[in-house]
Amino acid sequence: MALQGTRRQIGDVTIVDFSGKITLGEGSAMLRKTIRELADGGEKKIVLSMYDVDYIDSSGIGELVSAYTTVKNVGGELKLLHLTKRVHDILQITRLFTVFDVQSDETAAVRSFK
Amino acid sequence: MAAKTQRIQVTLETLLESVDLAESITMRIAEAAGFSEDEMHKMGMAVREGVINAYNYGNQQDRRKKILMTVELDPDKMVVRVLDQGKGFVLTEVPDPLAEENLLRTSGRGLFLMKAFMDEFNVNTGPNGGAELVMVKKLPAVSANGKHQSE
Repeated sequence: MALQGTRRQIGDVTIVDFSGKITLGEGSAMLRKTIRELADGGEKKIVLSMYDVDYIDSSGIGELVSAYTTVKNVGGELKLLHLTKRVHDILQITRLFTVFDVQSDETAAVRSFK
Repeated sequence: MAAKTQRIQVTLETLLESVDLAESITMRIAEAAGFSEDEMHKMGMAVREGVINAYNYGNQQDRRKKILMTVELDPDKMVVRVLDQGKGFVLTEVPDPLAEENLLRTSGRGLFLMKAFMDEFNVNTGPNGGAELVMVKKLPAVSANGKHQSE
């Protein structure tokens, strides 16, 4: 299934609920476009909710890293929420758990921003 | 009588769609060979990464070039080869994506995932100079009643 993202706002935190696959092609491009729009719109507190993202490949991982850097470069923070087991395992073996702030509770994720 | 090796060879176009196709073929064969669902997905993903490598780095998205995928089912293992028509590369010269200084790189994790998800992984130079990625997965052990132990 192609990646889809729905945005919602809790205070000054933007949450994007993603569903589908983050893979080479449309999925990675969709993630890049979403992050670009949020960064250009001045959003600095971003949570990517991945509850319905059941698949990610190396291109998608690269795009997540790019998202992290893009948001950081504009002085913002990006957090990941509700990882599925498959995405969790990939981030773990690629050591990206040491880079991303991964949260499992939405309220805690929203409160965790500085 | 010893079981024969079964071989399937597919010539893929240098297109994005070939990535999904190669993954799907691999998963179907892995399922028929008795791998668990988890192993099947890992093998599919490893081959997907192999074809992404061929598409992006080997053939440089040149549609005139082809990607040759071969799946061999031996009595004890499944071997997948992905051959491109690029310039080839030396595996030991590829940067380690787990190194601290490479963690924020946006590419370079495909080969690592192939190694992580298969039992053996190697890169050969193909007959015409391209890279041939060789991925090996041991078949699940078969018990006395003929069923795979992962079932």
